[in-house]
Amino acid sequence: MSTPKSLALAAILLAMGSPAALAQIRIGATLAETGPAGALGDPEAKTLRLLVEQINAAGGVLGEPLELVLYDDGGDPNNARTYATRLVEHDEVVAIIGGTTTGTSLAIRSVAEDEEIPFISLAGGIEIIDPVHPFTFKTPHTDRMACEKLFEDMQAQGITRIGMISGTDGFGASMRNQCLDVTAGYGIEIAADERYAPGDADMVPQLTNIRNTEGVQAVLNPGFGAGPAIVTRNYRQLGIELPFYQSHGVAGQAYIDLSGAENAEGVRLPGTALLIADQLTEDDAQRAVVTAYRDAYVGRYNEPVSTFGGYAHDALAILVDAITRNGEADPDPVDLRDAIEATAGLVGTTGTYSFAADDHLGLDLTAFRLLQIQGGTWSETP
Amino acid sequence: MQLKPKYLSLLILVLLVAAAPLFFPSGFYYRVGALIFINGIAVTGMVILIGYAGQISLGHAGFAGIGAYSCALAPVYLNIPPVAAIAFGAALSAALAWVVGRPILKLHGYYLGVATLGLGILISMVLLNEAQWTGGPDGIAVPDLGLRGLLRDMGLRVGAGELWYWVAALVMILGAWLALNLFDSPTGRALRALHGSEVAARTIGIDVPRHKLHAFVVSAVYASVSGSLLAQMNRLITPDVAGFMHSVQMVTMAVLGGVSSVLGAIFGATILTALPQLLTVFHQYEHMVLGLVMILVMIFLPDGLLPSILKRLKGRNEE
Amino acid sequence: MSDLLQFLLSGLTVGAVYALLALGFTIIFNASGVVNFAQGEFVMLGGMATAFGIAAGLPVPLAALLAILGTAALGVALNALAIAPARGAPVVSLIIITIGAAIFLQGAAGLLFDKQIHRYPGFSGEAALRILGATILPQSLWVIAGATLTFALLWLFFSRTLTGKAVLATANNPLAASLVGINTRAIMALSFGLSAAIGAVAGLLVTPITMTAYNTGVALALSGFAAAMLGGLGSPLGALVGGLLLGVLEALTAGYVSSQYKDAVSFILIILVLTFLPQGLLGRKSTDRV
Repeated sequence: MSTPKSLALAAILLAMGSPAALAQIRIGATLAETGPAGALGDPEAKTLRLLVEQINAAGGVLGEPLELVLYDDGGDPNNARTYATRLVEHDEVVAIIGGTTTGTSLAIRSVAEDEEIPFISLAGGIEIIDPVHPFTFKTPHTDRMACEKLFEDMQAQGITRIGMISGTDGFGASMRNQCLDVTAGYGIEIAADERYAPGDADMVPQLTNIRNTEGVQAVLNPGFGAGPAIVTRNYRQLGIELPFYQSHGVAGQAYIDLSGAENAEGVRLPGTALLIADQLTEDDAQRAVVTAYRDAYVGRYNEPVSTFGGYAHDALAILVDAITRNGEADPDPVDLRDAIEATAGLVGTTGTYSFAADDHLGLDLTAFRLLQIQGGTWSETP
Repeated sequence: MQLKPKYLSLLILVLLVAAAPLFFPSGFYYRVGALIFINGIAVTGMVILIGYAGQISLGHAGFAGIGAYSCALAPVYLNIPPVAAIAFGAALSAALAWVVGRPILKLHGYYLGVATLGLGILISMVLLNEAQWTGGPDGIAVPDLGLRGLLRDMGLRVGAGELWYWVAALVMILGAWLALNLFDSPTGRALRALHGSEVAARTIGIDVPRHKLHAFVVSAVYASVSGSLLAQMNRLITPDVAGFMHSVQMVTMAVLGGVSSVLGAIFGATILTALPQLLTVFHQYEHMVLGLVMILVMIFLPDGLLPSILKRLKGRNEE
Repeated sequence: MSDLLQFLLSGLTVGAVYALLALGFTIIFNASGVVNFAQGEFVMLGGMATAFGIAAGLPVPLAALLAILGTAALGVALNALAIAPARGAPVVSLIIITIGAAIFLQGAAGLLFDKQIHRYPGFSGEAALRILGATILPQSLWVIAGATLTFALLWLFFSRTLTGKAVLATANNPLAASLVGINTRAIMALSFGLSAAIGAVAGLLVTPITMTAYNTGVALALSGFAAAMLGGLGSPLGALVGGLLLGVLEALTAGYVSSQYKDAVSFILIILVLTFLPQGLLGRKSTDRV
């Protein structure tokens, strides 16, 4: 009677295949291509596919082609952990890129650290690399740095009391916590602290409360996806005239289009060079990298680039650079980790990376550029 | 040799669990196996609730959430050892199920569905929003159970994947054994009677509300233990464990496999846990395939996969 | 005072969408006894199809019409392929079938359209209107008017037309209805088409306010389901009341209590209402048949 079950099991085993022979350099990735963080994971996955193709067309790395093994974890840490295990134990990859969200990154990290496989996260949470874990690195700025960059600007404008409205998703909640943490250093008080759920249709009540709060001089909205665009529209609907700050979670053309250029006018956020590729000066170190990536991405997918795709671009660049410097097509994971940690002055779309034993982020605040939306496009504030 | 069906079911389970690792081409399969068994525990609870008692729930992931977060929080705040945290979570889930179950089990069909849905969503909302306790949407670390360390001290070196394969298998088989015993007990008979017709059950003197409540509480404990084990295995837990889609997953696994029998439900857990791993190649179509499987099985094999397959096999033997 | 008005206007807009969703649930439930968890996907499809039609250069009314017709056809197909073949299945099987359909439609929409968030401009411009110190978007008026009009047309349909009365008869007693010569199969197909069309109308009206993406359906379905159950499953008036009540309650909670727990209040209310009124606010009493 157990026949059907063992048959099914055999079929499962067959379909999953067995680990293929090592003829190429295998890189693993698990990203949230779908699910609530799909708006972030989708460009990340597209970027990895595109770049691996490009690299192979140009002769691969150390003369060997790259092979990308990419899974969609839907943003669920339990799935991410399963796929990370699969990448390590079954696909036998040399390194893992991924973790679109902080939650999935923490899940992948525990597998990577256990199995001693280098891992480069694409998520913002500071806890991913603080304290430093030997095999874990990350490419985006931390949420804390985003808060600091914004508070720096507010301080310069003489703003001391702000209202905050954040999403209850991982991105919004994490940035909200980090911002609450660093207010003191900038003499800023968060006088109104409102929340919204990712699927909410209308944030007018929350914004009304912020507007009615005594002495609020500016409003900050950490979040990603449709939420911040709705908040922006509601903000203008209510006729609130205060300076309006968004997070790097919406650093892409989609935010301007969804909010409407006239509604997004004047909005400030911490962004990267990627969004102002055309405005970079000739001598800007990032100009060549940023323009090449943007042209390739737009040419291939016919949609604007976002900061998130840029994080994936940088992760792959760091990895390829480390493999090349290490000089072996079948690198020992510990050697590869050492090579990644030795990365210095690598120019990416997000900033210029230099890792150290006590710094697995490799970026500082200068890599963030404070951008402002003007006439439906991004421009750098002086 | 004549085996009672109960022992036959258990024997099949034990044999499959023990034999499967012989066919594993890599250590990753232990992880999939452990996930299957952890889901298997939750769906065994669904068999008691849906299959035996005929009640539905769209919120049992809430209890899995309570079990999971008990393992994360109780050792830290209450100084309970991690193993005892599993029992603590189960007790908490049972207590909540008992309190909430009394009023909402008066409801039927879709009304019971929306009430349990609401319960599950409320629990997941608390886990999501009370970030100072639960770590919020990005989750929270879970203290180590210490099993691997214990084994290492005894001179046994076991990989985490392997260890959890056997631990989850053991708990699942224990859970299946208890559920099969319940089926044959007076409570089991009462549940099946009220499943057929509550009015008829009442007329022959069965305390319908009490028995429904029992089934609800017991199934909540199964869900809670399943959540606890998931938390202990992953060492990190996020509010997804209590989400609506996880509730739907539990019901779907059980019903797709065959909710009238423990073996069928575990078969369903096996299929639906392995399916995403199979579909990574066609990953763009994963959702469409999953949706189609749910629709087609319910239309063409309404009793569930395993019972339908068995019926067909039996039919062929008799020809 | 103007705050309260502001919250109410916000709540009515969201509530009107919930009411249209709940109305869709109600029509299908009455014709077939099925709670259709794919109802949210109809709303998503209405918005997505309109967005793509407008992006392709179609005039807005034509894009909207095509979206409604296409979604209605899909509703009829869903009934023919997935619901009708499972007639008489237990509630839990029907839940799995319709959730399966929702997952299938979401996957298909992600492939057929894309995974981006979409929006198009409001039908009567984007400038907010001011009423007694509160503001409202012209598109919100479209949503509220759309819900009211849909409700009025349905009322006329059910009370004044023979077909509408046949639907009601089928809802009351399918066996008796078929005995008096009503084609209950056709009624079911009609109900699914109608319900999908109402979903599409809700979707295309609300997309300029809330935006849409391939994966927004499930959350919409849960809100609509909650509204339908609160009002009382099977009662169109209950759907309207339940939807508006939930929308207003959420807005008031977000405004006066806690924006974090605004969804919690709706579910606490549902559990409380069902504890005391097991058939919802306006649902029909039913007795167990033995």
